[in-house]
Amino acid sequence: MQQCRNPRRRKPLHAHSNAEEQAPTTPSREVLDQLQFIRHTMESATSFTAVPGWGTVILGLTALTAAFFARTVDSQVTWVLLWLGEAVLAGVISLIAMVKKTGSLAKLAASIPARKCALSLVPPLAAGAVLTLVMMEQHLYAVLPGLWLMLYGVAVITSGAFSVRVVPVMGICFAVFGTVALAMPAHWANGIMAAGFGGLHVVFGLLIARRHGG
Amino acid sequence: MRQAKFKSKSIHSHVRHSARAVGGSKEASAAELDPVIHERMRLGIISALAVRDVLTFSELKRLLEATDGNLSVHARKLEEANYVVCAKSFAGRVPRTEYRITSPGRRALERYLDQMEQIIRQTRGD
Repeated sequence: MQQCRNPRRRKPLHAHSNAEEQAPTTPSREVLDQLQFIRHTMESATSFTAVPGWGTVILGLTALTAAFFARTVDSQVTWVLLWLGEAVLAGVISLIAMVKKTGSLAKLAASIPARKCALSLVPPLAAGAVLTLVMMEQHLYAVLPGLWLMLYGVAVITSGAFSVRVVPVMGICFAVFGTVALAMPAHWANGIMAAGFGGLHVVFGLLIARRHGG
Repeated sequence: MRQAKFKSKSIHSHVRHSARAVGGSKEASAAELDPVIHERMRLGIISALAVRDVLTFSELKRLLEATDGNLSVHARKLEEANYVVCAKSFAGRVPRTEYRITSPGRRALERYLDQMEQIIRQTRGD
């Protein structure tokens, strides 16, 4: 049986930095240090792992379907409404997939990292909704694919801070792709949406499913 | 010199390496901190398992930035104290070691946190 090496020689709890080492050590300071360590460990351990792999693949497939139908749409307003419908559908699919992965809605709602994820997802998406209305009013439909991809990417990056590493990486890819898409011609819109919301979701969904499950 | 005096009264002086402290009562005083949990690596393992149903060896290793040897030694200590249970299986051909916290382990962590609170109160003279 292996035993710990001499426990008396272990590193003192307060020995994290030179500044701290020089400061007088009181029991209460060491206790606070110890409590901080417990809190940090617990927070790090509770990353949001209910990211649905196959659910994300389905998001990609519905986006590809939406891109196919969007080609046949003549009106720009209808085009926007079609994609907004796809966004709502994507939200519903994500929620169902996360509930399925977590076990129950109550369990998902009780999860601190899940709540943090959801809260950090909202501001960039809300900004996207407001900017969409502004762009529609200004008839700047050509910038919408890039804008949506970029802001969705930002939302995924911020919420990914509380999740597994692959999630913020996916967000970065969306944000970069969205930024590049802003410079693309208007008639590429459906191709950009298919490659972004379709392709990236399918690729990262498969990656998440393989590493972290459904 | 003064610093040395402070250190001599540090939290480590509260740790008693006795079997009594390990399985002590809920009313155990601050002077009987559980030496099994008090060690940093073991405290990290038990804290992480307190908020996650199950963690694999690799996940714990990444989380605590530990080496294989260091983690396995401390995990075994916790197993011996019946604070965690270990299950070994295979995911395909890859061996998989999973750890879960036990009821005594959870109680020990709660008791440890209570004792920490008590030390703070004592130090502040409440």
